[in-house]
Parts: sequence; C-alpha cells; structure tokens
Amino acid sequence: MEKKGALAFRYAFPKTVPVMVGYIFLGMAYGILMEVNGFGIVWTLAMSLLVYAGSLQYVGVTLLAAGVNPVHAFLMGLMINARHLFYGISMLGKYRDLKRFKAYLIFALTDETFSVVCNEKVPRAIDREWVFLWVSLLNHCYWVLGSVLGNVLGSVISFNTKGLDFALTALFVVIFTDQWKSRKDHGPALTGVAGSVICLLLFGADRFIIPAMIVILVILSAGYRREAKKEVKEDGR
Amino acid sequence: MDGEMVRGICIAGALAAATLITRFLPFFLFPAGKNIPKYVEYLGKTLPFATIGMLVVYCLKDVRMSAASHGLPELISIAVIVVLHWWKGNSLLSIGAGTAVYMALVQRVFA
Repeated sequence: MEKKGALAFRYAFPKTVPVMVGYIFLGMAYGILMEVNGFGIVWTLAMSLLVYAGSLQYVGVTLLAAGVNPVHAFLMGLMINARHLFYGISMLGKYRDLKRFKAYLIFALTDETFSVVCNEKVPRAIDREWVFLWVSLLNHCYWVLGSVLGNVLGSVISFNTKGLDFALTALFVVIFTDQWKSRKDHGPALTGVAGSVICLLLFGADRFIIPAMIVILVILSAGYRREAKKEVKEDGR
Repeated sequence: MDGEMVRGICIAGALAAATLITRFLPFFLFPAGKNIPKYVEYLGKTLPFATIGMLVVYCLKDVRMSAASHGLPELISIAVIVVLHWWKGNSLLSIGAGTAVYMALVQRVFA
C-alpha cells in the first residue's frame, strides 16, 4: 500500500508544479489581503483549510470585513461557486468508482485541481485514486502554505498592496483565454460576458449577478433547444 | 467571544457550506450508475465558459468609466494578460505580469 502511494506521488508531483507556483503566489496575495483587513493567521488558516475556494475567499475578505449577514454570504458563495456544479458534473465519470478518498477529492475540486485531473490519463501500473489524492492534497497544501506565508510576511514587510487583488481578475482572464483557445464555438463565452455586462448596466454593481445568471441560463437553454431540434430533424431523415 | 467574532465565524461557516454544496451536489444528484439528463450534460459543456466570462465582468464591476483613470489601468492590464497568454501560454507569467502592470499603473501612473 505504501509503495502504491509513493509511486503515485512520483507521478503526480510534477503535474502539480504549475499549480504550486500559482497557488503560493495567489495564496500569498490572499494572506496579505486578509492581514491588511485585520484578519490574522487563525482566520487565514481556517479559511484556506476549510473553505478552500480561491475566488470566494477573495470576495470573502470583503464580506468578513464588512460583517455582512451570513445568509448574504451563503448566497454569494452559492453564486460564485455555482461553476463547481459543472466541474462536478464533468468528473462524475472519472470519480465514479473511487472509494477511499472520494469525499476528500470532491471537497478539494478547485478550478486548478479540476484542470489537472480532468485531462489525466493515469497509466495502468499506477493507482489512479492515489494520483488524484496527491494532486488534490498537494494543491491544497500549496494554497494553505501560500496564504499563511502571505499573512505572516504581510505583517513583517509592509509594501504598497494597492492593486494586488487584481491577481484574481488576472486569473479569470487567463482561464477565459485558455477556454477561448480550446474551443471553436465562442457562443457560451460571449453569452457570459454580454449577459453580465448588460445586467451590470441595467441592475448596477450590487445586484446584477442573479439576473446575469438567469439571462445566461435562458440563452444557453435556447441553444440547447435549437440543437435538440436539429438532432430530431436529422434523425427523421 | 465578542459579537463581531461570532458573526465572522458564521460568515466563514456560510462560505464553507456554500462551497461544499456546489462541489457535492452533482455527485448526490447523479450517483454512480444513474444517467445524466441530456440537458444537464449540455449545460455542463457550455456553462463553464459562460461562467468564467461572467466572473471577469464581476471582477470589473466597480470600475467607473467616469473616474479620473477611465478604467484604463484595467483595460491595459487585461490587454497585457491576453496578449502574453496567447503568446506564451504560461498562466503564472500572465497572472504575475498582469498584476504587476496593474499595480504599477494604479500606484504610479494614475495615482
């Protein structure tokens, strides 16, 4: 059993290196932001360990600092993390027959972990469940380590952090660019941007997310109906 | 424990619960051996693209075109990220450089 784990570790570790660099960097930015807003190491550690959702944690700094209604925080969490629903749906097949670590693997399915495991074709000689575990666990460790480091260093060396939270925007722009390159049909991506911009102009910055999600769902559903009709027609011929 | 701390713990708990729900729900709804409806499958293929687009807009929601900088720091930094990422495809480089450019712009140029 130990040998299985060690073999899987040697296979999994190199795949996590890009995430390591990214998570330590973004984690540090998060730790510093927490520190700037008056939240120390216990808060930072708890959030990174138990919430473990990068974008939501960034938004969470504002929610914590403002002391918003927890119900508001909960709804915000559902909205921002709604995309995880679709990562889960994409992994239904791959995670289907896992046993020992399944619950943890689902808990730790962040954007970056998803991007590593979803394309993973583990060789037969290596235990895939262990590989998934190492990828997920290592990434989790990088994130926790980065945020704690940023939180501690942020209170030692002080520098002008104005604009540091742009790292989050940068991350999404990078994912957006990757997705754009990987796909010929840009309808869904354009729907997301256009629907959000229109709702932002109509409803304002504080309340546009829910209308935007509804608009996006309606447009995508129309696309689904169009495709379904086309299939029926083709089947009928 | 003061009220502020209790509220903070409640907020953190709410964020953790929301995250758990979004990550576990698909596996509860579609357990091993059950077929996924075609509509859900279609959404699973298209929604991630729309969602990231929405999140980019979400990050920029507080940018005011009427402000002194006219949203230029954001526009320039995003252009740098897209060009760099299209060219090199290195996520860290793109994120690091884009953030550095943005910080320099808001701290020095448009300060």
